[in-house]
Amino acid sequence: MTIDKDHILELLQNVTDPEIPVISVMDLGIVRDVIVEGDALEIVITPTYSGCPAMMEIEKEINNALKKDGITSFKITTVLSPAWTTEWMTDEGKRKLKEYGIAPPNPTNPEDIECPQCGSKNTQLVSEFGSTACKSLFKCNDCLEPFDYFKCH
Amino acid sequence: MTDLNKYNYVLQHADNCLILGQRLGEWCGHGPILEQDIAMTNISLDLIGQARMWYQYAAEIQGEGKSEDDIAYLRDAWGYRNALLVEQPNGDFAKTIFRQFLYDTYSCFFYEALMSSSDEHLAAIAAKSHKEALYHIKWSGDWVIRLGDGIEESHNRMKTAIEELWSYAGELTKPNETEAKALEEGYGVDLMALKEKRDAKIKEVLNEATLEFPESTYAHEGGKDGRHSEHLGYILADLQFLQRTYPGLEW
Repeated sequence: MTIDKDHILELLQNVTDPEIPVISVMDLGIVRDVIVEGDALEIVITPTYSGCPAMMEIEKEINNALKKDGITSFKITTVLSPAWTTEWMTDEGKRKLKEYGIAPPNPTNPEDIECPQCGSKNTQLVSEFGSTACKSLFKCNDCLEPFDYFKCH
Repeated sequence: MTDLNKYNYVLQHADNCLILGQRLGEWCGHGPILEQDIAMTNISLDLIGQARMWYQYAAEIQGEGKSEDDIAYLRDAWGYRNALLVEQPNGDFAKTIFRQFLYDTYSCFFYEALMSSSDEHLAAIAAKSHKEALYHIKWSGDWVIRLGDGIEESHNRMKTAIEELWSYAGELTKPNETEAKALEEGYGVDLMALKEKRDAKIKEVLNEATLEFPESTYAHEGGKDGRHSEHLGYILADLQFLQRTYPGLEW
């Protein structure tokens, strides 16, 4: 059986981050490569943060998604280099984050963080560290809601 | 084992990450305020993640089919090669902050240099960890300044923390035989060059924090060669309890 790479990519679009269930592993930029050679399939992934506890879960979910589709022979490889960066996050991913209530990473101006609730830029950092390794905690000075910001990395 | 020196070199760094991660984890639920409790456990998580990358590589070099867990959980204190600094007790918040700051000023420059290692795997671990270390030093450096340049009580506590910990700063940047050989063979980091950069950074932050850069160059050493303070045994008793009591236990 030959494997259709586009089909695999489509399957991966539906594998989501267990801690941020609106965003897929493709949106996050965790999937670095899908290598199809004849009937051999290899998925190359990279961890976001070295201590991210979601990584093992993500690998399991990729595993399940492929098996559910009847694909049984494949390999998932983890690479460390090049190190993951939020620049690999897709625009679609950033849009979904914002909709979900998490301010997406803003690499052009990390001081300028927009409140995902009311859109105000009058916001302030509460803590560098948040509910997961990838987020810090902010507060909106206009609508007064606290919110998570997905850090630039 | 094909390369005992590299194995020991990798272990030194793996053990630094794991033991400091374990120490910070002791703060879980005890932080002075919720945000800082979360900060310390986040940093702990990063360090334990970094430790895993190091141990996985150590297991690969060792080539005996052992796992990262075997190496972390089944060695006794004299097999551990972490610097004495990271096993020092948490003390008060100021002491934890200064211990972290001393480690972060070392690890930032260490990883920065290790990115040019001739060993690609080490360079990859370095690039990954460096990003996280930069985030950590921002936090610990900010706190050194905030406490040092804060009120009399916080200033005095930082001063005491520096007095208690400074003698553990030297070991990090003084090469032992393993590190000297690693440098010679092209995969290690030049600690003399690192020390200069590190000291400059410490001076800059202490100056802003209205604290004195200590003049003493006395350094406790031995941790990197397996000679530890009494604290490590207690840490390992906690850390290794499950594997020692129920060998082979898995989640």
